[in-house]
Amino acid sequence: MKKTIHQINERIRDGNARVVTAEEMPALVAELGEEGALAEVDVVTTGTFGAMCSSGGFFNFGHADPPIRMERVWLNDVEAYAGLAAVDAYLGATQQSTTREENYGGAHVIEDFIAGKAVELRAISRGTDCYPRRTINTDLLLDNLNQAIMCNPRNGYQRYNAASNSTDRVLHTYMGMLLPGCGNVTYSGAGLLNPISNDPHFRVIGSGVPCLLGGAAGMVIGEGTQASPAAGFGTLMVTADMKQMDTEYIRAATMTGYGVTLYVGLGIPIPILDIETVRSTAVRDEDIWVDILDYGIPSRDRPSLGKVNYAMLKSGRLEINGEEVRISSLSSLRKARRVASELKKWIESGKMVVCLPTRRIDPARRAGPMRETAQGPRVLEIMDRRVITISEDEPIRDAAKKLLKGETNHLPVINGKGVLVGIVTTYDVSKAVVNPDKISHVRDIMRRRVITTTTDEPVDIAVRKLEKHNISALPVVDKEFHVVGMLTAMDLGKLFGGRWLK
Amino acid sequence: MKLLVTFSRKEGKKPIIAQVVRDTGVLVNVERAVIDSSEGEALIDIPDESCRVVKDKLADLGASVRILEEEISLDENECVDCGACISICPQEVFSFDEEFRLRVDAKRCVLCGRCIEICPHRALSRRIES
Repeated sequence: MKKTIHQINERIRDGNARVVTAEEMPALVAELGEEGALAEVDVVTTGTFGAMCSSGGFFNFGHADPPIRMERVWLNDVEAYAGLAAVDAYLGATQQSTTREENYGGAHVIEDFIAGKAVELRAISRGTDCYPRRTINTDLLLDNLNQAIMCNPRNGYQRYNAASNSTDRVLHTYMGMLLPGCGNVTYSGAGLLNPISNDPHFRVIGSGVPCLLGGAAGMVIGEGTQASPAAGFGTLMVTADMKQMDTEYIRAATMTGYGVTLYVGLGIPIPILDIETVRSTAVRDEDIWVDILDYGIPSRDRPSLGKVNYAMLKSGRLEINGEEVRISSLSSLRKARRVASELKKWIESGKMVVCLPTRRIDPARRAGPMRETAQGPRVLEIMDRRVITISEDEPIRDAAKKLLKGETNHLPVINGKGVLVGIVTTYDVSKAVVNPDKISHVRDIMRRRVITTTTDEPVDIAVRKLEKHNISALPVVDKEFHVVGMLTAMDLGKLFGGRWLK
Repeated sequence: MKLLVTFSRKEGKKPIIAQVVRDTGVLVNVERAVIDSSEGEALIDIPDESCRVVKDKLADLGASVRILEEEISLDENECVDCGACISICPQEVFSFDEEFRLRVDAKRCVLCGRCIEICPHRALSRRIES
């Protein structure tokens, strides 16, 4: 048996369509069988509500008198991209305020507009014969704009890796606060309610298909940026009119220590046309697996600490390395359910009908990494190869001598096998001189917890370590923890000479 | 009952809390403490009925004591029930109910402030207990 989109739309118009949410579907298929579910169900509604950084909107402000060709535009001190026609701009959700930094950004401007608040527009121009005006400053409500069209390049991620942190310090990431020693796990996503998870081969989701976006009736434009459906990470580009949105489904947020983002409610109705759509909408949380990635590793290819499915994630607790840890969701399941049930109401009442894509999304697409033609500097290239070390058994006086002679402030401490075991600084030695007490050897004053770097580490990562730990030098070590060089704040000066300054 | 105890360490390092426990026999639970070379602040939890005796003893030892009147407060208009706070709270104050609505057990809170800092929607704050 098969159904056509016209048959389904007729039933919607007659008010007879049977609509269920993606959460209700698996049990229904188990009860009625696939053929039975196909006969019974016309539409399955999906929903997700989470942080979607790749969001924003186009605004048209109308012409002022005398007119201005706005070259740079700020909305409540958040800069919008104005490299468009005279009074158009695109505001990105993650753009931060020039005055309030991470506490306010593009996402907040969008939420304020939708909430009916006034937003201050400020723009400058160099002035032309046709657009003589150079500055403008005015307060605007959403109703005062010609258009405010949300257009999100990447929303509705099919699924997203969970996050943890194996290092010994707290991390603030776009996946929230990650406690040291894999002390927690965070994730984002609605699991079985996710739109693409209900149509992973893009048989019914594609260009022109209707959706709920931020509470408004919107449309799928097509494939989202960075889409990688062949790897299970499909994305969508979506649009809707901000003037019809509701702050119930669109919220600004700040990931502390990371920045501003926009929580977006997105739902897509899936027409049940054939057995394949029945099967794909019968997906359960247990079927959707993701890796828990270690965000402690500052690299694109973060190692996996294990695999989990959404049923495990939604349970709130998980075992990692034999220890039970708690899980935080960053997206809201409650709101995702609300999106799916609102969409269900729209279709039951005939407010929205379904359609097939006018252009299909390629399910075989795979996103690639960036091609880098020039590599950034590595520690090897700027480190100081002149290494002066001291043994942990030597007297403090000898450390002082070495510091003086070597004209350095940091002495790596090594054991009998040449392995790095600590570090002493001029500060540590001075302190020992002021408070002589009973201490006499390097071992007594050295710091044992040494932050190190390696020769092939990008300098940016090493600099981040210096900043984070408020220190001014890092011993460079090899695999056996032998010291092969030192990277000090002074070495960073080399970046401003030579070939890195292009 | 939670008491916020502040004390100076200028006249030497007296073991004030240990002294209170020994003299009153009340078992004190230290939930949070910040102590540096000149002063200290500790948040302690004690049985309600022992409040008086512990408070008086602490005062005798030179500490200033006040009953903690603040508690963690959730602004339901801002909260979207994401749950970012759940896994980072050392006291397990937050959890989901069966409908994935955020539940706050404010009595467990020791006001460490971590959730206030990280809530993506700035929905958590300290407020005077009602």
